[in-house]
Amino acid sequence: MTNASPRQYPAREHEDRFYRALVDNVHPPAWSNPEPTGEYNLVVIGAGPAGLVAARAAAALGAKVALIERHLIGGDCLNVGCVPSKAIIRTSRLYAEMRAAETYGAQAPGGIDVDFRSVMQRMRRIQTRISRTDSAQRISADGVDVYFGEARFAGRRTVELDGKTLHFRKALIATGARSKAPSIPGLVEAGYLTNESVFDLTERPRRLLVIGGGPLGCELAQAFRRLGAEVIIVQGEPMFLPKEERDAAQILSDALARDGVEIHLNSKVVAVRVEGGMKVADLVSDDNKSSVSVDEILTGIGRAPNVEGLNLDAAGVAYNADTGIVVNDFLQTTNRRVYAAGDVCLEHKFTHTADASARIVLQNALFLGRKRLSALTIPWCTYTDPEIAHVGLYAGVARERGIPVRTFTILMHDVDRAVTDGEEEGFVKIHVRQGSDRILGATVVARHAGEMINGLSLAINAGLGLRALAQVVHTYPTQAEAIKMAADAYNRTRLTPMLKALARRWLAW
Amino acid sequence: MNATSTRSDDDLLERFQRAAFGYFLEHFNADNGLVADTSRTGSPCSIAVVGFALSCYPVGVERGWMARADAAARTLASLRFFWNSTQGVQPDATGYMGFYYHFLDMQTGARVWRSELSVIDTTLLLAGVLLAGVYFSEDTPAENEIRALADALYRRVDWQWSCGDGPTVRQGWKPDSGFLNYGWDGYNEGTILYILGLASPTHPLPANSYSAWTATYQWENIYDYDFLYAGPLFIHQFSHAWVDFEGIRDSFMREKRSDYFENSRRATYVQREYACRNPHGFKGYGENCWGVTAGEGPSFPTLKMDGRQRCFFGYAARGAPFGPDDGTISPSAALASLPFAPELALPALRHLCAHYPEIVRDAKLPTGFNPTLSGGDSSGWVSEGYFGLDQGLIVLMIENYRSRLIWKLMRKCRYVASGLRSAGFKGGWLS
Repeated sequence: MTNASPRQYPAREHEDRFYRALVDNVHPPAWSNPEPTGEYNLVVIGAGPAGLVAARAAAALGAKVALIERHLIGGDCLNVGCVPSKAIIRTSRLYAEMRAAETYGAQAPGGIDVDFRSVMQRMRRIQTRISRTDSAQRISADGVDVYFGEARFAGRRTVELDGKTLHFRKALIATGARSKAPSIPGLVEAGYLTNESVFDLTERPRRLLVIGGGPLGCELAQAFRRLGAEVIIVQGEPMFLPKEERDAAQILSDALARDGVEIHLNSKVVAVRVEGGMKVADLVSDDNKSSVSVDEILTGIGRAPNVEGLNLDAAGVAYNADTGIVVNDFLQTTNRRVYAAGDVCLEHKFTHTADASARIVLQNALFLGRKRLSALTIPWCTYTDPEIAHVGLYAGVARERGIPVRTFTILMHDVDRAVTDGEEEGFVKIHVRQGSDRILGATVVARHAGEMINGLSLAINAGLGLRALAQVVHTYPTQAEAIKMAADAYNRTRLTPMLKALARRWLAW
Repeated sequence: MNATSTRSDDDLLERFQRAAFGYFLEHFNADNGLVADTSRTGSPCSIAVVGFALSCYPVGVERGWMARADAAARTLASLRFFWNSTQGVQPDATGYMGFYYHFLDMQTGARVWRSELSVIDTTLLLAGVLLAGVYFSEDTPAENEIRALADALYRRVDWQWSCGDGPTVRQGWKPDSGFLNYGWDGYNEGTILYILGLASPTHPLPANSYSAWTATYQWENIYDYDFLYAGPLFIHQFSHAWVDFEGIRDSFMREKRSDYFENSRRATYVQREYACRNPHGFKGYGENCWGVTAGEGPSFPTLKMDGRQRCFFGYAARGAPFGPDDGTISPSAALASLPFAPELALPALRHLCAHYPEIVRDAKLPTGFNPTLSGGDSSGWVSEGYFGLDQGLIVLMIENYRSRLIWKLMRKCRYVASGLRSAGFKGGWLS
């Protein structure tokens, strides 16, 4: 839900049957809001991943629940985030593989032309399909009162909407976040794309400038390049994904360069202007100045929480325009009856953290729970090719906390299945506390790192160390076997010279 | 059997060391003591190469390749130039805050290529300056002046300034844009930088800068070797050209029960293991052909070879095992591993002589060659000419292996011992 600037799908898409089906699911044109009767156990503002999880689970447990959405059910994830981006990334991977067919011993198909409209139509079809699960009709049928409209707190226990007043015992604010507007002179006048508008494109830009080398910028830079656009990416830091391992960032940088993305690290866009129908961006890197001319500019720098327009002051809910709603470790706001979950209050703005935080709220708000946000083990993944996934502590963070760290590294080029798949780029790094097998964190860089990291999240969550992982029989051949190989490497370090000598004596019969 | 295969190890090393030393005689400007970055026509001076040159002259004297007076005269020319050249923000300056621009005009000494004021390259220059201050200990006018200038040049450096507003040293500075935006996280060749910076009696680095830097280290188990990881091989060598790290440990190495000398040995083994596994199928790689490091490369258009797409880079910070790697081997980096793993470096040198005789003519090693570009039958692409950094590193590392001369001299440098102690090093020869 984007509370600050209402967003609708563009008018030109109305002819698209998938678009119409999607809108029927996520914001039915003829929807009429129910009449509120009595006090709700839970009023949820925002029907993104956090709001949906909380509303449906609460209703399933017998609570009287209202779910209010200003725009589109599904939030950023379904409409302008994970779902559309992963859909086009899949198509872009296929194009990359077609072009590399010979390296797989296959014949490259003749004339690999990208039909951008088809790519976007498939994306919309997939959005429609996924939206079915959380359509307004289904949620309503599951016992949730679904309202469309602008919600405003009218007091500490009431929300107003279209002249109706909803009373609640507990409320959840899950209004999400939106792209931050970059403050580059001339950019607004020239026009730019964000994640909220890039998926509305119907024509592929011939030349695309991506500002920002975070997850979104890197994913879309690679995808659009593979879909045939000339892509220039500008990143202010010396590396992409500055929070990740430097080796991961280096591999990503190499991968983007190999795909033909023009990379400007350690560079800033200082001004944008329009010349001859093209957008011209001025770049500065130390004392070097240059310009690039493009059709479109995509920015992917930062997210701002949607806290405006909710009349939070009336509810006694404290917030910060940059960091969002203030919550404690139990996700309770400064109004003890009001909770927050998802992007509007969390540092890690992911769909799965929104989901996990909503489950915490459910227990804490309705069932006297004392679940803590800080107890969560949160993995994340950047869906470039190769993917870059992480869970737990980084080695540097652990060292800052005074924890001695030892890292067990397996290169994907030593994993049989990665070799057979021609997907040898990357590694698995598992950080353990030195002198033990306790897993502190892990980074995986691999074609399917997002899938592989789940095994390590499970291990950390369940308290399984590397010795236990070494006992787990992994299917051969799989790329996830790299995790077992790291555990085996740990086990080999336990073979001290004395143990080896003893073993030799024992076996000398 | 050819001549190389019958030579003793020491004869072989003498030949390569002498040939590398020759670089500093050939590419030297007697008027100002500057030394060229490469042997290529029109090459500017690299200040780091001057540091290596200053360190090589004592080797030349001790090996009988150069008269002591000649070495002192060359040294004095360099030191006088750096002391008298312009320091400031003006365009023709040679340096600022006691640091120097990376590349200088060989004749005038002015900054060229809009190069950065380089903290690490100034450090390598100063290592040579301080070494000269230790070696030239006789009571003669020339040697007295060398010692005085060496101390003055070192004292003039404002190491505190080089941190900018951060806790650790910045890579460089430019007059028009200020400090470079590059962080310098993770283990790298900067150990000697912190050692010299911490010991400064005038403008030392903050006491906590070293621990702030080492906090970014990553201790990894790769190919069953536990070590402080850095991909390019030169990172494990540069500081070691001057400082004997065997048996002395800082807090990090005490925690890991290792030392930086042993670490470089393991890093060498990892490099060889990577070449043996040769995951990308590059030609030539094997147990006696390894050494991936930062340096020049073929810069060739992408090729389809043996069913693979091959990218060939120009100058790149090549590293193993994470890459980037394009099949370019650095024979000088392999040879510079000699003090740490002679059992690997000597066979690698003999292999090079036996299989790629065309690149070891006159016993001088190019910075890189790429057999993959030849299909494997020969050395393929070979870098043009010779690089001063490679030649200097070869001279110093062979000498450290043969006599430990540089290490012994630098032990006598009070700033080195003091800097090591300030960084928390204990044990071994520091006891």
